[in-house]
Amino acid sequence: MVLNNIEQLLEKYNNGETSLKEEQQLKDYFKQETVAPHLEMYKPMFAYFSVSQEEKFTKDVPLKSNKNNLYKWISVAAVAVLMLGFYFKSPLTSAEDLGTYDDPEMAYLEVKKSLEMISKQFNKGASSINYLAEVDNTTRLIFKK
Amino acid sequence: MTQTEFLHIVMPFKDKVFRLAKRLLVSREEAEDATQEVLLKLWKNKTKIQEYKNVEAFSMTMTKNFCLDKLKSKQAQNLKLVHSNYQDNNTSLQKQLEFSDSVNWVAKIMEDLPEQQKMVVQLRDIEQYDFDEIAKMLDMNNTAVRVALSRARKTIREKLTKTHNYGVK
Repeated sequence: MVLNNIEQLLEKYNNGETSLKEEQQLKDYFKQETVAPHLEMYKPMFAYFSVSQEEKFTKDVPLKSNKNNLYKWISVAAVAVLMLGFYFKSPLTSAEDLGTYDDPEMAYLEVKKSLEMISKQFNKGASSINYLAEVDNTTRLIFKK
Repeated sequence: MTQTEFLHIVMPFKDKVFRLAKRLLVSREEAEDATQEVLLKLWKNKTKIQEYKNVEAFSMTMTKNFCLDKLKSKQAQNLKLVHSNYQDNNTSLQKQLEFSDSVNWVAKIMEDLPEQQKMVVQLRDIEQYDFDEIAKMLDMNNTAVRVALSRARKTIREKLTKTHNYGVK
């Protein structure tokens, strides 16, 4: 590009009258390795502008929606209700009736009754395996001692 | 509006918001926080987003106001200065050093400009908005934008000429 033209553009540029297109022309000109010596000082200026154009925002933006907030609070409430439930439930279970007797006589009778019941049921069950003796008899028949 | 839709609107100009914030607040961390804040504010008002004619211009104005508030508040008293790493240009080492040195000079010169001029240069020379958009974003009229821009450019040029000639003359 003609140097004269560039000088004119720079004049306009310094007065803030250039269009974006003309400024692009200037930028392109100063991107070159060699520029006219008396315009050398403009070079870092335009270089700086192009360099700063490259800078990027890299940090994440934590976007939270209101919906998620609602769910969060509902779960907090649910946990609180559960904890309260356990807290009020536990003392009740320990105070429950375990079937203890204060009178030793009564206790003895009760124990005897339940033990009797157990032995009766046990005998009933044991009687039903008496036929296993038949297996013994049969083997004796086959093997003859 | 879903998150993806929102991101679709915001993605194209989030870097511009960040760069404007960085221009004003200087420190990278501060600028990141400011950008996050601006985007979160937009997200909270997502129901109103359709009503805005130009979301991008609106966000830039928001960023401007937010950063200026930050600068005014006492928190901003301990700003950090952070050096950016500039890219390689396939030139010899000495040239490269010289080059990045003078590029740093531009950054320093720009830091010294008044806030308004900083923003105008940022929006015009770096982000390449046209004058009407800048005027709307910064709540100024068209002529005032041109005047501020012209002053800023002249200041940068003069200071650069000085440093450029330093040691030569």
